[in-house]
Amino acid sequence: MALVAPENTGVRLGVRYAVLLLVAVVFVFPLVFMVISSLKPDHQLLSDTSSLRAFLPVGDISLNNYVAAFERAPIGRFVMNSVLVTVVTVTCSVILCSIAAFSFVYMNWRGRDLLLSVVLATLIIPFETIAIPLLLLVSRLPWMGLEGVTIGWLNTYRVQIIPWIVDALTVFLFVQYFKDLPKELIEAARAEGASWWQIYRRVVMPLSGPVLATAAILKSLKMYNEQYLWPLIVVQDEAHRPIMVGLGYFFQLDVAWGELMAYLSVISVPILAFYLILQRAFIASIASTGVKG
Amino acid sequence: MAEVNLKQVRKSFGDTEVIKGVDIDIDDGEFVVFVGPSGCGKSTLLRMIAGLEDITSGTLEIDGRVVNDVQPKDRGIAMVFQTYAIFPHMSVRENVGFGLTIAGVSRDEKDRKVMEAAKILQMEHLLDRRPSQLSGGQRQRVAIGRAIVRDPSVFLFDEPLSNLDAALRMDMRMEIAKLHKQLDATMVYVTHDQVEAMTLADKIVVLRDGIVQQIGAPMDLYHKPANLFVAGFIGSPSMNFMDVAVRQASAESVTVEAPALDPVTLPVASGEFAGGGGAKLGIRPQHLSVVEGNTGGALHGRVVLVERLGTETVVNVDLARGGNIVAALAEDRPLSVGANVALSFDPAQAHLFADA
Repeated sequence: MALVAPENTGVRLGVRYAVLLLVAVVFVFPLVFMVISSLKPDHQLLSDTSSLRAFLPVGDISLNNYVAAFERAPIGRFVMNSVLVTVVTVTCSVILCSIAAFSFVYMNWRGRDLLLSVVLATLIIPFETIAIPLLLLVSRLPWMGLEGVTIGWLNTYRVQIIPWIVDALTVFLFVQYFKDLPKELIEAARAEGASWWQIYRRVVMPLSGPVLATAAILKSLKMYNEQYLWPLIVVQDEAHRPIMVGLGYFFQLDVAWGELMAYLSVISVPILAFYLILQRAFIASIASTGVKG
Repeated sequence: MAEVNLKQVRKSFGDTEVIKGVDIDIDDGEFVVFVGPSGCGKSTLLRMIAGLEDITSGTLEIDGRVVNDVQPKDRGIAMVFQTYAIFPHMSVRENVGFGLTIAGVSRDEKDRKVMEAAKILQMEHLLDRRPSQLSGGQRQRVAIGRAIVRDPSVFLFDEPLSNLDAALRMDMRMEIAKLHKQLDATMVYVTHDQVEAMTLADKIVVLRDGIVQQIGAPMDLYHKPANLFVAGFIGSPSMNFMDVAVRQASAESVTVEAPALDPVTLPVASGEFAGGGGAKLGIRPQHLSVVEGNTGGALHGRVVLVERLGTETVVNVDLARGGNIVAALAEDRPLSVGANVALSFDPAQAHLFADA
C-alpha cells in the first residue's frame, strides 16, 4: 500500500519536509548548543554566542569542562538519586493509581463519586501552596526502619518518593481509560469466578498498555526533570540530592557556564535514553490521550 | 443442573422500578427464554440471576438455595454475552480455560476440559488463535465454550446471537438447541427475537415494562395469548387487531361486528364480554384466506402491498369500510397491488380481548 498519496509527491512533499526539518532544527538547536558549549572554555563559549559558531565544534575543544564538573559535584550520585526516586515513584504510582481508578470505575461503594470529585479537584491546587504544610508534616512523621522508630523524614529518599506517588492526573488517566474498556469483559470475568484482584491483574491491566505507557512517561518526565522545589527544602545532605538541586553547584559567585553545560549534558543522557526506548509509546500516548507533558 | 425460582423479585435504579414483582419457576434442565421489547427488563432480570445486579427485594433461589447476596462466582452459573466478552489479550485456549485457571484447576485437568469443550463446539483448530483472528460466529463459540467448560448448574445467555448475520444466527441457534440436548442443562436465554424464542424454548416468559405478561410453552403462547400484548408480540407478521362491538354474548359464544366486519360469532366464553360494549378482535395473518370470485367473505378491500417470501405471500389490504389488515397466504397467489380482494377467517381461530 502506498504511504504517500499521488498529490503529495514532488513539490508538496518537498515543502512538507522543509517545514518539518525547520521545526526539527528549532527543537534540536538548544540541545546542540548545550553539548557544543560543554566542550568549550567559558571565554570562547561567551564570545561565540553572538554567531553561528555557538553551534559548531570549533576553536578550543576539549572535555575539560566534564572533568571539572565531575570534580565540582558528585554527578553520578545525583543522577543515581534521581533515577532511583523516579523509578520507584513511577512504579508505585502506576500500581496504586490504577488500583484507585479500578475501584472508582468498577466497584460500587458509598461516597465513591464524591471522593473521585475531590481527588480530581486537587488537580487545580498548585504544589507551592501545600509545600510548607507538607514540609511540616513530613518533618514530624515517624518511620519504622532497621534502627527502630525515628521521627522526621527529612534527608531521605522516602520524602522525595511517597508524597509524589499518588496524584490526581494519573488517577484521572486510568479512570478515563478504564471507563472505555468494555464493561462486559469485567462482568464475564466476575461470572467466571474471578475476584476483584484477579480481574484487575488478569483482565484489566493486560489491556491497559497504552494508559500505562502514558502515565509512566508523564510521571517520569515530571519526577526526573521537574523535581526542584520539594527536594530543595526537604533534602539538605548531598547523599540524597537529585539532579535539579545539583544545578546549584554551578551557580556560585561566578557562573561556570562550560561546566554547567557539561553537567546538563550528562544528566540529559538517562531521560534521552528513556525517550528513545519508549519513543513509539510516547508519541502514541500523546496522540491517543491529547495530554502533553 | 438446577432449578431456578424467582419470587416477587423487584429491581429499582434510584426511584425507577424496572422489575416489578416477578415470579418465575424454572425447572431442572429446562430451556427458558425471556422475550420482550427493548427496555422490558429481560436483560436486567438475567443479570440479577447472574449476580451482576443486586436484587432490590424478593427472593432468588438456585437449586433451593437463596442466592440474593451470593457473589456471581459462587452461584454456579455461566454467562454468554451479546458482545461475546472474550478477552482480547488471551488465546482461545486461555479464554476457554479462564474460569478453570481462576478456580485453580490443575493444568492437565484444564487442558482436558478445554479440549472436550472444543470438540463439542468443533473448534479444536482455533484453540491457539487470538480473538482478533476469529469471525463473529467463532467468537461466540469461544464464549459458549468458556461457559460449558466450567460445567455450571445454569447457563445464562444474554442475546448471544444478536451480533451475527441472519444465516449464522440460524446455524448458531441450531447449535445451541443441540447443546441443550447434549448437556441437558438448565438454560435461561434472553432475546428480543421471537423466532429464537419460539424455536429454542421449552418455556417462554413474555415481559413488558418489568412485568411478566405470560409464561408458557411456545405454541400455548401462540394459540392462547393471555392478553393483547402477548397476542401482538408473538407471531410474525403480528396479529391483526380490530375494534369491534359485542352484539350478543352467551355462555359459549360471543357475536361481534365492526364497520369493516359483518357480524360474526366466535366460540368463546362470554365472561368479561357479557355486558356488551367494545372489544378487540384478533386475527392472525396466517388465519386469513382469500375467498375466490371476489364475492362473499367477511372482509373486503384493496391490495396495497404484496411481499412474496417464497413460502408465503404477505398481503397488505386497505379495507373498504375502513381499517387495514395483513394476510399471510400459504400459496403464491397471483395478487397484485390495486386488486380487489375478499378475505375470510375461521371464527374458531380468532381471538377476542377486552378493551384495555
